[in-house]
Amino acid sequence: MENRQLLQKKDVGSAPDLVAQQTKGTPRLLLMGQRRSGKSSISSVVFHKLPPSETLFLESTARVQKDSLSSFMDVQVWDFPGQIELFDNPNITFDIDAIFGEIGALIWVIDAQDDYLESVARLNNTILNIQRSYPHINIEVFIHKVDGLSDDYKLDIQRDITIRIQDELSDQGIENAPVNFHLTSIYNHSIFEAFSKVIQKLIPRLGQLEAMLTNLCRTCRFEKAYLFDVNTKIYIATDSTPEDMASYEICSDYVDVVIDFTEVYGSWPRTQQWRDRLEQEPWQQPMEDQVACEWAESGMVLSDAQRPIMLREVDRFLALVAIMKEGSYEKMPQINMNVDVVVKGLTEFFDITKPKEAKVLSAPPTGPGGGKAARAGGQLLRS
Amino acid sequence: MSDLEATKAGSGSTTDLAAAQAAAHAQLKKVKKQKVLLMGKSGSGKSSMRSIIFSNYLARDTRRLGATIDIDLSHVKFLGNLTLNLWDCGGQEAFMENYLSQQRAHVFSNVGVLIYVFDTESRDVERDLATYVNIISALVQYSREAKIFVLIHKMDLIQPSTREAVFDQRVSVVRRKTAEAVAIVRKQKPGDQQQPSTALQSPSSADAIPDIDLDMQLFATSIWDQSLYKAWASIIHDLVPNLGVIETQLASLGVAIDADEILLFERTSFLVVSKWTSREGERNPYGDRFERMSNILKSWKHTCSKFTGTPRNAEQFSDFEYKMGPTFSMFVTKFTTNTYILVCMPPGEARFNSAKLNVAAARPWFRFLDGPAVGASPSSQMLASVGGGYSSESGGQAPDA
Repeated sequence: MENRQLLQKKDVGSAPDLVAQQTKGTPRLLLMGQRRSGKSSISSVVFHKLPPSETLFLESTARVQKDSLSSFMDVQVWDFPGQIELFDNPNITFDIDAIFGEIGALIWVIDAQDDYLESVARLNNTILNIQRSYPHINIEVFIHKVDGLSDDYKLDIQRDITIRIQDELSDQGIENAPVNFHLTSIYNHSIFEAFSKVIQKLIPRLGQLEAMLTNLCRTCRFEKAYLFDVNTKIYIATDSTPEDMASYEICSDYVDVVIDFTEVYGSWPRTQQWRDRLEQEPWQQPMEDQVACEWAESGMVLSDAQRPIMLREVDRFLALVAIMKEGSYEKMPQINMNVDVVVKGLTEFFDITKPKEAKVLSAPPTGPGGGKAARAGGQLLRS
Repeated sequence: MSDLEATKAGSGSTTDLAAAQAAAHAQLKKVKKQKVLLMGKSGSGKSSMRSIIFSNYLARDTRRLGATIDIDLSHVKFLGNLTLNLWDCGGQEAFMENYLSQQRAHVFSNVGVLIYVFDTESRDVERDLATYVNIISALVQYSREAKIFVLIHKMDLIQPSTREAVFDQRVSVVRRKTAEAVAIVRKQKPGDQQQPSTALQSPSSADAIPDIDLDMQLFATSIWDQSLYKAWASIIHDLVPNLGVIETQLASLGVAIDADEILLFERTSFLVVSKWTSREGERNPYGDRFERMSNILKSWKHTCSKFTGTPRNAEQFSDFEYKMGPTFSMFVTKFTTNTYILVCMPPGEARFNSAKLNVAAARPWFRFLDGPAVGASPSSQMLASVGGGYSSESGGQAPDA
């Protein structure tokens, strides 16, 4: 949070200036909505690991706030102050093309606990303005702050907002605009789930990824498998079985547990004596040869029906988390081999789909041993 | 430690030795009860923290709790032979006055631990402190040996940057007030008619008595983060019976399996009961890791209970392992009936597997320390029967005498 405030102080330029120095080529998410609808809280919680309770102390955003998510895919997140009127603004003319030109998705945040009519009207206006020139922008409406609302009431609000927007758009002659609705709250997993859905739409060849995971689930009899971005706990792909919030929550929390353990026990260097002692007499092997898998791997058996959960790190950013069926913990070695194959496949997949320039840089394909060099001390760590 | 090793060596060879061992065992298995008073102003968060620590509530679930009326008494079984008699004292003024007057002896005698909770949000600090002084004097009067823990609670409501300053300021005020309370008792002491003989030589004896009472620790806490676990782990740490034995056993286990760190958690609360750290492990820069582990595992337990639909006090996982390539390995596993064990160790597949086997082998020893009278003796069946006979015999004698 403090970083954020510092950043805000640093960005003294006005909004149009900022727009000018954008980076090309990375997909961008725009966070827009009314003042105090929770945009900054969302980006702080999702991208800066701010505990939700501390978003109370966040100050109002005065300028466009840019965050970049550097992960398997670089994504920029722009947090627009609610008071900026982009269209029909008498004072400043915004370079609309620069803002929306390379945008991946527009996220519109609506405070469900407040009167949302004005916000909906502004959203309609925004959609009408950008639909003509950029019809492919995904518009994701986050109906936010729904924690504490009853399920019925939540759905009522969602229905009401949906109708208001659809009606307005069809009145203006726009049918089938890519508008999606998500019920979100920073106090539970829903915001991460919503972001997952948004990000997944930006991934090239998502179907391939999903097919790989589905295949793995079938071979190893997994109930559900997720490919997580470890830093944000956004899942970028899952197998084809129906979505299930509960599975996502437990897998996401599992990533958290593993990250926490890693930070406490794995983020500081051990001494050389320690290492020397462990590599001498009864072992007689360098440490690297004593371990079976050079990436992080973990498993947990739940008491209920002995249902295990497993996690396997894919690369510096991604981890595969799966819920297994009961009794499969005994077959762990076999499962590990299968997972290894899939992980190799995933690595190749990301090598191929990476943007061109990046691919040239990382030209030599990483073989089984090649990963070692790239492996920094504290992967799986929160940045 | 030494008598336990003796047990191991001479398992069942000579009967008199066995009898001596049985006596030692009975000593180890003696059930300990501790009276714990939880006091503080109404709405300061006493019942909330109790529910979080002992009943696995989530922090946000505590909103549902109503005001505690009078004293809410609960017996918390903590490890096999320690029972906490938790007196959650409703903090409304009428009750407070009642505790200090009519119920004074009932409430304040035989207290093992007093936990006093201050609310950082309180508007009437002076009045809070006045009540505190009264409580402390009552405590000093009836249970001089009681340990005092003062929790400056709801720290989450204070801006993070000023938290430390606020806490320091509160600490100095509370310490001053405690000294005042003790001074009051000192003055009263000569007039206290219980022991007229000491009253005669009042000045010297009055000076000698109260100083020992200042066994007091202060913690800044919040139910929204791990600080609560830090405070409660220190509270229960001193109450655990046979702690010395557990600690030495843990240390020898740690050396035997080449571990870097071993933590022993209580099953329900996931408070750290005992810990051992190797010299390399001591270099760990995270000084707050113990309460952090409690917090992590406890919230994980919640996730599991939500996922599996089992009650939140039920056991949620039996085994967790994590190997982080060539950096470290660790596992958390169900250890004895009332404990979980966490072992952090150097990487290496063979080392990991043998450590797991060794921990499993050590289980009977700890089960003996942890379990109540039923616990079978670790080394031989025969010893167990002798030990069991002895304890039932002594149990039978007690009512007669």
